[in-house]
Amino acid sequence: MTALRITGGRVIDPGSGHDTEADVWIDGGRIAAIGAAPASFPSHDRIDAAGCIVCPGLVDLSARMREPGERHKGTIASESRAAIAGGITTVCCPPDTAPVIDAPATVELIRQRAIEADQARVYPIGALTAGLDGQYLAPMRALARAGCPAMGQADRDVDDSHVLRSALTYAATIDRPVILPACTPSLGHGCAHEGTVASGLGLPGIPVAAETTAVARIIALVADTGARVHIGRLSSAAAVDLLARAKADGLPVSADVAAHQLELTESALTGFDARAHLRPPLRSTGDRDALREAVAAGVIDAICSDHRPHEPDAKRRPFEASDPGLSGLETLLGLVLARVAAGDCDLVTALARVTAGPARILDLDLGHLRPNAPADLCIFDPDTETAVEPDRFVSRGHDTPLAGHTLPGRVRTVLVDGRIRSD
Amino acid sequence: MVDGDIQFAPDGRLRHCLTTEGMGGERITEILDLAESFAGVNDKTIKKVPLLRGHTVVNLFFESSTRTRSTFELAAKRLSADVLNIDVQRSATSKGESLLDTIANLQAMQCDLFVMRHPESGAANLVARHVDDDVHVINAGDGLHAHPTQALLDVFTMRRHKPDLSERSVAIVGDLRHSRVARSEIHALRALGVGEIRAIAPRTLLPVDLEGLGVRVYEDIDAGLADVDIVVMLRLQRERMEHALLPSSSEYFAGWGLTPERLARARPDAIVMHPGPTNRGVEIDSRVADGPQSVILEQVTNGIAIRMAVMALVAGTAPQREGR
Repeated sequence: MTALRITGGRVIDPGSGHDTEADVWIDGGRIAAIGAAPASFPSHDRIDAAGCIVCPGLVDLSARMREPGERHKGTIASESRAAIAGGITTVCCPPDTAPVIDAPATVELIRQRAIEADQARVYPIGALTAGLDGQYLAPMRALARAGCPAMGQADRDVDDSHVLRSALTYAATIDRPVILPACTPSLGHGCAHEGTVASGLGLPGIPVAAETTAVARIIALVADTGARVHIGRLSSAAAVDLLARAKADGLPVSADVAAHQLELTESALTGFDARAHLRPPLRSTGDRDALREAVAAGVIDAICSDHRPHEPDAKRRPFEASDPGLSGLETLLGLVLARVAAGDCDLVTALARVTAGPARILDLDLGHLRPNAPADLCIFDPDTETAVEPDRFVSRGHDTPLAGHTLPGRVRTVLVDGRIRSD
Repeated sequence: MVDGDIQFAPDGRLRHCLTTEGMGGERITEILDLAESFAGVNDKTIKKVPLLRGHTVVNLFFESSTRTRSTFELAAKRLSADVLNIDVQRSATSKGESLLDTIANLQAMQCDLFVMRHPESGAANLVARHVDDDVHVINAGDGLHAHPTQALLDVFTMRRHKPDLSERSVAIVGDLRHSRVARSEIHALRALGVGEIRAIAPRTLLPVDLEGLGVRVYEDIDAGLADVDIVVMLRLQRERMEHALLPSSSEYFAGWGLTPERLARARPDAIVMHPGPTNRGVEIDSRVADGPQSVILEQVTNGIAIRMAVMALVAGTAPQREGR
């Protein structure tokens, strides 16, 4: 493996707050040094990063690869390539594949496919309950040993609070975090935020209470069990308040938000645009603004893509009958940089939410730049804007309500284990 | 392209009829005036005019309907169109064909005007976005979203009885939350500058943010009916009880049913409307439905003229005013 020297870039390590123009020296797939050349550095290739930001490769806590089970929507090869195109070097895939990730063999399959694809790292999230059915515990210890950094339920709730309490307790025993959705199913039958827009369009609404009731129950069970719980994809100001209070109380809870929730609101549904059919739904301007503040303040720990690629026909249906989700891997970085451009927070803070923040939640030795860490890097030009052109996405999913938007930044070079993966 | 105004052609002509929202008072008045001229046709012995000769109208109903479908069929025939009724229960969609494929196939048969009812909100908008330029879509009800021709025939009926609508007060009573008729009617009444719109219902049957549409909300029917000129009753469906929105139909009737005693709180010359089908003894007392203030059957008759007007307008065979 050739050694590398990345020269002239602005090197940002969001975890430590380190932000300086420096060279990055890479050898043996790991970072050898930042700044001065290490002693007896071997002959190497050079990457010119002048005018660019050099930061850890992005860590995405929720991106569906659609494999196994739905290869017509995407594969580990296609979607991990899309991740790289988006500057993402680590992708966590939720367990709602077919079959569900509730057996070590499925974990092994996904990991093997990711190795064959040779693009981004792929971490399968193991199922918390067998079949995600919310009745029996999944073999969490075996799943963790097979390589699952966390257990989760994808979009599926555990209705039975006894089962959930027991599952959290068991997960705490094996010291694995649990990722839970924030939606009470009996309140979540709709397809849009219960508000002015859905009411006018006659679309069944999902009230904010669907999220707050779920988050309140999770917080109560975290206090009871001491389990580490990460709440996936918050969408409302009221849930952010609950989370902030729980964190102030010292409870081991964390949360993420889908990047598009920081940009769009319910108004994107106007005209029944099925590309804006998302879960959780796009909510009000007030909700979006609260999410932005929570990201800046660190109440929300991570921003994820919530990537859900679909075949084109999945969106060519009446709104409610269309499949929810967007293709998000290739707009994650741009949406994060848009928050910096808008003045919500500084670049280091914003990048922390897609690097050190999510890595810390899963105890991964990733998302930071320090000597001897794996050389997973994203080099991007912050001053070039990128038009969102879904037809040109690397992902098999080409639907996003962000089509036609222009986002700041352009990914130049992406390294995983010290090797260039981007085209 | 996704556009709230897809029902208009680039030159401002009404190309599809999808919703009364954004249609504008002038456009609605034009439709009502045209319908008045067709109402004359309907009173003659020979009831046909040749405005849609050579056109093929498809009644594509994915939800059952008696009144709306029959009056669309009669309206099309009185405009001399060929009419095709598609029984969706026995059609290809029940074999898994997608909505857009069904439409593409009908277009291939040179059908040029789709009258469509569908259980999903936005279905007519979806179809309108995908049809050829010379094909027109009339929404005959989509999910909970819109039922523009019902709203238009309702305001037509109102205008005939109360020409000075800007001085009048309209109360809509019942399940507004699940009513596409109510949504379309509120938009139409607002566009025509009606004096006051009230909504009367228990809170579980009210949509969010009615006030934002300029509607005064009453949970008490006696207060809400006081001095109104027009009462629009909405149908209550059994499934509202099954979904725990109401305890029972008898409790609903006791609290919000329209009885002669309650109607007496409205103006003495108030009219009572209902889009049908009525549930006697659930939302309306038979003495009111059959009483002198009821114009329920007149609404049905007016439906033919309104649907003739809308079909002729979207097909471009009726004289149109300039711009919007």
